[in-house]
Amino acid sequence: MPRKADVKNKTMKSPETMSSLVWRRFRRHPGAMAGAIILAILILSVLLAGLSPFDPEISDIKNRFQPPSGNHLFGTDGLGRDVLVRILYGGRVSLSVGFLVVGISLAIGVPIGSAAGYFGGWVDNVLSKVIDATMSLPALMFMILLSAILREIDAPFLKSNSTLTISLVLGVLSWPTAARLVRAIFFTFREMEYVTAAKALGASNLRIIISEILPNGLGPIIVESTLGIGYAIMEESTLSFLGFGIMPPTPSWGNMLDKAQEHLSQYPWLAIFPGLMIFLAIISINFIGDGMRDALDPYKILAQIDE
Amino acid sequence: MTEHSDQFLLKIRGLKTYFYTEDGVVKAVDGVDFNVNRGEILGLVGESGCGKSVTALSIMQLIRKPGKIVEGKISFGSVNLRELPLEDIQEIRGNRISMIFQQPQTSLNPVITVGDQLAEVFEIHADLNNEEMREKSVELLRTVGIADPEQKALAYPHEMSGGQAQRVMIAMGLAMRPELLIADEPTTALDVTIQAQILDLMRDLRNELGTAVILITHDLGVIAEMADWVAVMYAGQIVEQAGVVPLFDKPLHPYTRGLINSIPVLGETKHRLADIDGVVPNLVDLPKGCNFAPRCKARKKYGLSICEEINPDLKEIMPNHSVRCWLYQDAEDHKAPLKP
Amino acid sequence: MGQYIVRRLLQAIPMLLLVSILLFALVNVAPGGPLSQFSRSRRMTAERAESLKRQFGLDKPLTVQYIVWLAGNDWMAIDTDGNGITDSYGTRKGVLRGDFGFSYQNREPVLPQIMDRLPNTVYLMGLTLIVVAIIAIPIGIISAVKQYSAFDITVTTLSFMGQAIPEFWLGLILILIFYVGLDNPVTGKSLLPGGGMYTIGAEFSLIDRIRHLILPVSMGVVGWVAWWSRFLRSSMLEVINQDYIRTARAKGQNERKVLYRHALKNALIPLVTMIMIDFPYVFTGAIVVEQLFSWPGMGRMYYDAATSRDYPMLMGVLILGSMVIILSNLMADIIYAYLDPRVRYD
Repeated sequence: MPRKADVKNKTMKSPETMSSLVWRRFRRHPGAMAGAIILAILILSVLLAGLSPFDPEISDIKNRFQPPSGNHLFGTDGLGRDVLVRILYGGRVSLSVGFLVVGISLAIGVPIGSAAGYFGGWVDNVLSKVIDATMSLPALMFMILLSAILREIDAPFLKSNSTLTISLVLGVLSWPTAARLVRAIFFTFREMEYVTAAKALGASNLRIIISEILPNGLGPIIVESTLGIGYAIMEESTLSFLGFGIMPPTPSWGNMLDKAQEHLSQYPWLAIFPGLMIFLAIISINFIGDGMRDALDPYKILAQIDE
Repeated sequence: MTEHSDQFLLKIRGLKTYFYTEDGVVKAVDGVDFNVNRGEILGLVGESGCGKSVTALSIMQLIRKPGKIVEGKISFGSVNLRELPLEDIQEIRGNRISMIFQQPQTSLNPVITVGDQLAEVFEIHADLNNEEMREKSVELLRTVGIADPEQKALAYPHEMSGGQAQRVMIAMGLAMRPELLIADEPTTALDVTIQAQILDLMRDLRNELGTAVILITHDLGVIAEMADWVAVMYAGQIVEQAGVVPLFDKPLHPYTRGLINSIPVLGETKHRLADIDGVVPNLVDLPKGCNFAPRCKARKKYGLSICEEINPDLKEIMPNHSVRCWLYQDAEDHKAPLKP
Repeated sequence: MGQYIVRRLLQAIPMLLLVSILLFALVNVAPGGPLSQFSRSRRMTAERAESLKRQFGLDKPLTVQYIVWLAGNDWMAIDTDGNGITDSYGTRKGVLRGDFGFSYQNREPVLPQIMDRLPNTVYLMGLTLIVVAIIAIPIGIISAVKQYSAFDITVTTLSFMGQAIPEFWLGLILILIFYVGLDNPVTGKSLLPGGGMYTIGAEFSLIDRIRHLILPVSMGVVGWVAWWSRFLRSSMLEVINQDYIRTARAKGQNERKVLYRHALKNALIPLVTMIMIDFPYVFTGAIVVEQLFSWPGMGRMYYDAATSRDYPMLMGVLILGSMVIILSNLMADIIYAYLDPRVRYD
């Protein structure tokens, strides 16, 4: 088996920084590049949605159920609103939820995973049980219940329909993935000699956790977080589709599809475009995640050559 | 020392095995020639990454994507192994040529008992019934020095020590009394005391069965103790080959000299490869001239400029002693074809 | 082995307790709390509410309430009239003995209603699982063995797409095509039914049953096939690159046996474990398909309960769901230990 340092010597033509190596490998992954471009276009158009003359929420009954045309590219819905504009505003919601959920997962998962992995022993025992218990809740069902409860109680900051609320509902169940990953990273690296050395030099636990061990896990954490954005978008749209996520009139890809169900036979375009957007967003994110996984693991193929 | 005659069991000429990676073509083996006599132990020595293992896997036709044997002839007896169809290769593997590996424990299937894995060799190559296969397996385990072979045959690999697992691998390798055994760093992963036992076992079995051995190692101590004939590899090429005595007595290539000088001698303190600066070159982007030139001290000492221009050929300087180095040949000689 | 199973079962207990504490906390946050099924009754008076509170132990501290919720209070002497003297026993049996309370919607006990719907879900999702396994396992193996072949690239691309398609949207599209769009050329009716388990009012017919299964099963199959085939492919690829596969080839073994005797045996261990772990999610995920296809199963019941805020029903399904997940994880470990000789039972 290769020692990583050896392979690196053979791989790098000239002294090359890790980030440029990663970028070079990422660029070579066609799916990842396509994904990155599609996602960039998506984010850009979502941000520029305000330039459209149409309003996403105000109805225009005269123009209801217009099929796709030059004026309304994706047609209009049952209240005469432009579907394209609603999709773009819905994209704001979906993408924000995606990033927020990952942020929440990291904010909860990284400290818990670090503590469990670094201290081990009873700390790990207790925290692992909490992680496992959270993971043993039936996710979709639990989120529906949580969302139903949050709708009925008046919690400060948590407006029943806000992006933040729905992100919290998703985040409550998504952090264990991050925690498990970080815990595993700590188990791998906490016995390393340089960590022991740092301890011997009197570095504080917090310092060792943050500046000695965590950076080693940056690669896998980035990959998992990227894929996590995709999961979150999928879950948000499912919840909204079932009526327990973002509520109309605020558009979201999921609740647009929920409404489209009623008119499936007469106005099928209402059911096609929002779903296509979810599909596009998630597949680009998954490809980007896959590309990053490959890019961050440059030792994969060379391992076979070395002895 | 056995006479290095023309009656070779294995004859390799111009072997090139490349790996087509995303970072470029890795020339792991780049023009290797050597011979193995019947019953002889050939030591193939070099640093990690020099292409020793890839050479071995090339002989076995076990190179997998993205690797490929691109050139060369591997003559075993009267056939060129490169040209044989897979079924014929499978007939030879484990039967006439067998191979043991560096990591004995990961080289055994974790979910199959040791006895069954051993019996598999007979199942493939011998016409025996189950009872005979079981008996022969137990007998083999006893031959390679496994205590309580009946019980151990029922054990799983993780229930054995590294030394025991390597004995099992050797038993598997020798089950069909092959003409050639390729041992790729067979003792590297083992404790020092176990190393000696495994080497003794291999030598005894060689003496008993007359099996030729290609012993791959980075450990010159092992070579000195075991080998009849030695080939030194560097960056995918053989840089020197000779009988074991002349090689240690009178190493020619600066790399070989560096290797030998870095063997620790009792009473002296030396660092590993103290005499060779720098690292093995990048096999994607080899230097233009001699692969060893960037690290070569002799080149600087004698002020040779050709080393950075043209890679020298492997040339027989003395009877049965070849070296790939400009110190021992003139530039004009380069145009003359290498004697076969 | 027996000892190992017992030990693992014991280890599952703290996990179940943790889950139950969490769910109990949620019951208390939920509007109305554990008594809310009664608070909706018009006949409820303040006096009667007080008495009920005492009967259910809700006058006690939260810890006691938790015990009552979990283990019931029919073994506890309680003071129903609030005069300081205990006068009767409680009536709750507790979650541990299957007392999940009464549904808001019909005032009936929760558990029998769940059990009533469960078989329909098992029927639909069980069939889905079987179809998934039949498709995913061969695909995963072939894809790994023929890595980078046209087949592998196609399958890998398709499974990437399969994992990115939202299940409910796929369902909508299937309905759009096969129910709304295409017609049966003979009868002129829709090619496939758009919902239900069978044609209501018609006599039992196998063909009718199968026709009703095609769309919901297809919708469920796609995502899982994508996931399992990708999983098997990568675990197979990992195994194929192991040293012992090289050893098997070095012995002279032919490729077919290298594959089936040496590689598959190792690659299937993680897959079987994975299937075991995923198993409950297939069922708890039944909400979407059952809602979309009006399938009278547990998932649809859960959806209806959520829409009408029937908390006892929701709790009941959630607790059972968590139990199934924990038990499946346990089974996964046990199966793993059984299949892989390297796992020690200590």
